[in-house]
Amino acid sequence: MNVALVKSMEQPYGELFAEVRNRLPGDRLVASARKAAFDDFATRGLPHRRIEEWKYTDLRALLHAVAPLAPPPEKEARALAAKAAAALGIDHACRLTLVDGAFAPELSDLATLEKGVHVQTLSEALGEGHADLLKTKIASDAMISLNGALATDGVIVTVDDNTSLSRPLHIAHVATASSASMVTRSHVRIGDQARVTLVESFVGARDAAAYQVYDQVEVSVGDDTELQHVRLMEDARDASNITTAAFRLGARTKLNSFGLTQGAAVSRYQGFITFAGEGSELSTNGVNLLGSRRHGDTTLVVDHAVPNCTSREVFRAVLDDQSHSVFQGRIIVRHGAQKTDGKMMTRALLLSDECEADNKPELEIFADDVACGHGATAGAIDEELLFYLRARGLPEKEAQSLLIAAFVGEAIESIADEGLRNIATATAERWLAARG
Amino acid sequence: MTALLEVKGLKVQVEDNEILHGLDLTVNEGEIHAIMGPNGSGKSTLSHVIAGKPGYDVTGGEVLFRGEDLLEMEPNERAAKGVFLAFQYPMEIPGVATMTFLRTALNAQRKARGESEFSTPEFLKKVKEASARLSIPQEMLKRGVNVGFSGGEKKRNEVLQMALFEPSLCILDEMDSGLDIDALRIAADGVNALRGKNRSMIVITHYQRLLNYIIPDVVHVMSKGRVVKSGGKDLALELEKSGYAQFEDKAA
Repeated sequence: MNVALVKSMEQPYGELFAEVRNRLPGDRLVASARKAAFDDFATRGLPHRRIEEWKYTDLRALLHAVAPLAPPPEKEARALAAKAAAALGIDHACRLTLVDGAFAPELSDLATLEKGVHVQTLSEALGEGHADLLKTKIASDAMISLNGALATDGVIVTVDDNTSLSRPLHIAHVATASSASMVTRSHVRIGDQARVTLVESFVGARDAAAYQVYDQVEVSVGDDTELQHVRLMEDARDASNITTAAFRLGARTKLNSFGLTQGAAVSRYQGFITFAGEGSELSTNGVNLLGSRRHGDTTLVVDHAVPNCTSREVFRAVLDDQSHSVFQGRIIVRHGAQKTDGKMMTRALLLSDECEADNKPELEIFADDVACGHGATAGAIDEELLFYLRARGLPEKEAQSLLIAAFVGEAIESIADEGLRNIATATAERWLAARG
Repeated sequence: MTALLEVKGLKVQVEDNEILHGLDLTVNEGEIHAIMGPNGSGKSTLSHVIAGKPGYDVTGGEVLFRGEDLLEMEPNERAAKGVFLAFQYPMEIPGVATMTFLRTALNAQRKARGESEFSTPEFLKKVKEASARLSIPQEMLKRGVNVGFSGGEKKRNEVLQMALFEPSLCILDEMDSGLDIDALRIAADGVNALRGKNRSMIVITHYQRLLNYIIPDVVHVMSKGRVVKSGGKDLALELEKSGYAQFEDKAA
């Protein structure tokens, strides 16, 4: 590697940290954890194509640099954020809002939390010296370290044992600043025998442009618990969103996760899901809707650390213009994790000749009594289907839209909550409408 | 009598291979025409070209619908003008509820004709009546288009669309393929209920059996890309006895 290049990359990052380290929340212990995390990031630099996990998403080429941290939002920014958060239409949820990387209590439903739900902000917890909240055990890379170094705020949500929530919990990320970074980190801890729906959303307020979102969320799910997870990413068209999510599943849990990416010029969602208890089931459905020159990467690592668990991953991409979609799926079956049943499927719908879909399945299997598999398809819209619809009176574009909506709709159907299903459908429809 | 469809000297190629060699066919308003013929005689090609399926190269002749050049129109424009092709193998569209599909298609046609869209109650009433006549359960209409439908259900769904869209020309492409006798009877009864002086039909079939249920005014025999004989409904019976071999020689 070119040493001069590495040196020249390090310099701006040193400044980036030096400028903000004194205003980042946390006591001495937290500050030293931040310093260690930042040093690790500065040594690695932004991930690039020669790092296998980032082969298709070269952040050095796509992002060039990390923007300075956004300032805490002023009154006007909060007003804009309130509008943007409401525009999503998730009215039936209990909302916790983060604006430009800071918790916004006046845009959050703290007063109406259901019984058994407790919320603290990350900045408060760091002030109390909980440096461990910035450390990640599940994986390590430059972006995870960057998040640990710079996270300004987030929420720490605890759901007690035996709690069945009637409303979804909604962590809403809103950006109002431009050409700035928002670094957030949240923890969700769900007890045993609970039923929870967790929504995460990412949007930009009016006029917010070229901002960078760096989020991390760590979720632990207790035994016999059911979690429905819905993530809607609709950041501004010239923004970036790099998110790490980690799920640790207890015994006999059910995790149903749905993710829709239809925003940002550059995005990466990396999910690490670990089966820590037997008899659990994971179902994930991911959708990328991309156009123009946008780049969307979904990378999932499913770790079957114990026997008798089931995982299903279905990933769909719809690509137009010169867009680029990446799906990397790794299934790890550890020694002794017998009776593992893990499957993944990716399907790409290519609407132009210039788009690109990359698909990298990886199976690492260290047990001998397992059923694992993967499959992939990529292709244009079925001409026979298109003709059938046109012969019934639909103009070509409308027929295409109906078929694309159907392709995406099959994934959206996995969302159990009807209100959220409708909102996911509306989000996908906005993409179709923008396509014209 | 007024001609609804006029096919004159139609020549059609698929990848440099000529399938129709100058076909003539005139269907007047309110008439039912049967087109019979062996496999590979060009029956389905004719139906696809009339409906506007891509992939066919028209190298000669013309197709007029109420005097207008049909070949110049997009498939959806032809549908809005009143051309309906009942597919031999109706497509399955997972993720699109049948009800949504019917409504989207019907309103697209009405919009193209400058008519107002149906309101939800009006539309539901129409669908309910038409589906009851065809013994289509409401539950089926909530499922994806043709997804998990039996062969008979798929064909009934095609007839349901005919009933809703009220086309003036229906082309039934091998409607009898893959149907047992009961399924065939239900579908044929549905078609017969739609007969009228403002509706013409072209019934394409390999076998005479279907024509016991849908009785044609005119029967044409196609062979090697041409109509080689036309006659009354008795021609179908004659064919059933003597087979297509005599016409294959004639066309060659």
